[in-house]
Amino acid sequence: MDNLLSGIQMLLSVEVMAALFIGSIGGVIIGAIPGVGAAVAIAILLPATFSLEPLVGLTILLGIYGSSMYGGSLPAILINTPGTAVNALTTYDGYPMTQRGEGRRALALAYSASFFGGIFAILCLIILSPLLALIAPHFGSREIFLAALLGIILVVLAHRGQVFAAGMLASFGIFINTIGLEPVKYTKRFTFDQTWLASGVNLIVVVLGLFALSQAFLLLVDKDKSPKPQPVSGSLFSGMKELFGHKRVVTVSSSIGVMMGMIPGVGEFTAQFLSYTYARKSSKQPEIFGKGSPEGLISSEASNNAVPGAAMIPLLALGIPGEALTAMMLSVFYVHNVIPGPQLFQNKMDFVMALYMAMLILNIIVLIFLVFSTNLLTKIIQIPTRFLGVIIMVLGFVGVYSLRNSITDCAMAAGFGVFGVILKRLNLPIVPIILGMVLGGIMEVKLRSAMARVKTPLDFVDRPIAAIFAIIIVLVIVMHIRTLIIEHKNRLSEKETDHDIHDTQQR
Amino acid sequence: MAGARTLQDLFKRYRRPGDLVFAVVFLAFSVWLFSQLGNETRWMARTGLFSQPSFWPAVSLAGMTLFAILHWIGSICSPRIYGRWAEVGFWMRAVEYALWFMVYVLIVPFIGYLPSTIIFALVLTWRAGYRNKRFLVSALLSGCAIVVIFKSFLQVKVPGGQIYEYLPDGLRAFMLTYF
Repeated sequence: MDNLLSGIQMLLSVEVMAALFIGSIGGVIIGAIPGVGAAVAIAILLPATFSLEPLVGLTILLGIYGSSMYGGSLPAILINTPGTAVNALTTYDGYPMTQRGEGRRALALAYSASFFGGIFAILCLIILSPLLALIAPHFGSREIFLAALLGIILVVLAHRGQVFAAGMLASFGIFINTIGLEPVKYTKRFTFDQTWLASGVNLIVVVLGLFALSQAFLLLVDKDKSPKPQPVSGSLFSGMKELFGHKRVVTVSSSIGVMMGMIPGVGEFTAQFLSYTYARKSSKQPEIFGKGSPEGLISSEASNNAVPGAAMIPLLALGIPGEALTAMMLSVFYVHNVIPGPQLFQNKMDFVMALYMAMLILNIIVLIFLVFSTNLLTKIIQIPTRFLGVIIMVLGFVGVYSLRNSITDCAMAAGFGVFGVILKRLNLPIVPIILGMVLGGIMEVKLRSAMARVKTPLDFVDRPIAAIFAIIIVLVIVMHIRTLIIEHKNRLSEKETDHDIHDTQQR
Repeated sequence: MAGARTLQDLFKRYRRPGDLVFAVVFLAFSVWLFSQLGNETRWMARTGLFSQPSFWPAVSLAGMTLFAILHWIGSICSPRIYGRWAEVGFWMRAVEYALWFMVYVLIVPFIGYLPSTIIFALVLTWRAGYRNKRFLVSALLSGCAIVVIFKSFLQVKVPGGQIYEYLPDGLRAFMLTYF
């Protein structure tokens, strides 16, 4: 209770409250503009937040992370274009509802389901905190190594149909992290005698290149488009009551979102697909899924909004990011010497509580903002895509250059930007590279320190948590092989497949 | 999507034109990096395997090469999707904008953050095909707003331009601090 009060006290400063408003409202606007998304915004803002207080900087980034999906549902429903990649499933039922003249109803359901999912996840986080504080100290080097290994395996296996590509890109991420002077024996690795490679490849440079600059290049090269959504008439508040008629779907979908968010390497896509599949299988009207089903819309929005809150669990308790956005936030923690992990729960519980409260408040701010400003947002999102590309490039410059005023960093970011364009056009995932870089670094350090006390391979898993992780890793691989065999038996022919089905990587 | 029969269909990611070109280039890059392992990392005496400086580069490059081979086999075994070289052309067009970005990076230390941002935003807006007054004014205002938010307000580290040295004393200090 003391920690909770102390956390609330930390929030009650002008800077933190301003950060909450800027982050949450900015996140909605950024999420609503097709082609930007939280990853681009967080990548650009990262270096700017380094000079702020840790709580202020993290609140802005958390605000953007938690609220962008609310905003992303707006163009998904009104113009059939998801504002962020994770709103893709929202288009399947949201847009048909708009075509039927039920745009207001669809928006009200999406906002209320998102709000429920967001609040549900934060409540789970608060309830689980004492348990996390109890378990977290039992995580030593080998447990954290195994958790990071599980994260890498899951991020690769979660990209079904592109597992080989995800595997090579995750390995590439691990490789990039090894470049430069290694910190134990002080030998150079893959520097090719180039001084500019001796200090390694900075994570933020890669993130800015792959997320921000690649998006700018893609928008500038591609055809110019300008979304033209129709304004929505009527009150959104009245439509929100309809959510109470779908208690089961919204609760189960939010729970799936929480579970998937907690597991490193899984994230919003898997949460959405699982909850959408559940909603369709358990619905009395499965035939209207994809044609404007309120249940489909609710399941998609509740589950994707439950993920950000839950994704904070492995980040805060173990220092292991589950996906790209929390990986970026990890760098903010490190810059301020606030090291996420077991010690954070023991020594800075008030800080953790302040973050939880900030997430809770941002959901409320966002909901109120959306109810009153949806029509304003429909005007903002009409920015032509190429002009958006110009703005992202100007913003991308300040993100990379302000890091250490290095022209080399900028050249590297531009290189990764072109690489990102290729990956996005090929519909290949970017996230494994980022997680490979972050988790690869964690695995290297933790394995080295763990092996000092390990004499035989079995010693590595002789502690309960380590043994559980090892069993889960084996089970995940066995289950994947089993699923592959079943999938092979039920496969669709090449003519039946739609190669554009998952074009969401481009957004 | 809605017509997907199994859960696996929902997770599937399909190929796009140019997949084979990428698979070949990435495999060649992985093999070349792997061949450099002995030259670019050290093997230390009296050091355990997991503490060897070359351990993680070796693991990652082995993973890259293995998966790149499997990805390449997957690409050559799959039916061709037409439009491969048109797609490669699209990738190349992105290089032009990477070069524009580098020009922007190189001129900032000389003419300063505010002037270079305004010039860059205007030129790139023109290049992107927006030739009317409305877009050019929007580009000008956006450029100014970005500089004011990041440099004047958030005080990010972007050095003043050499050109500022020629300004009168009071204005020079002001420009160096805020723009």
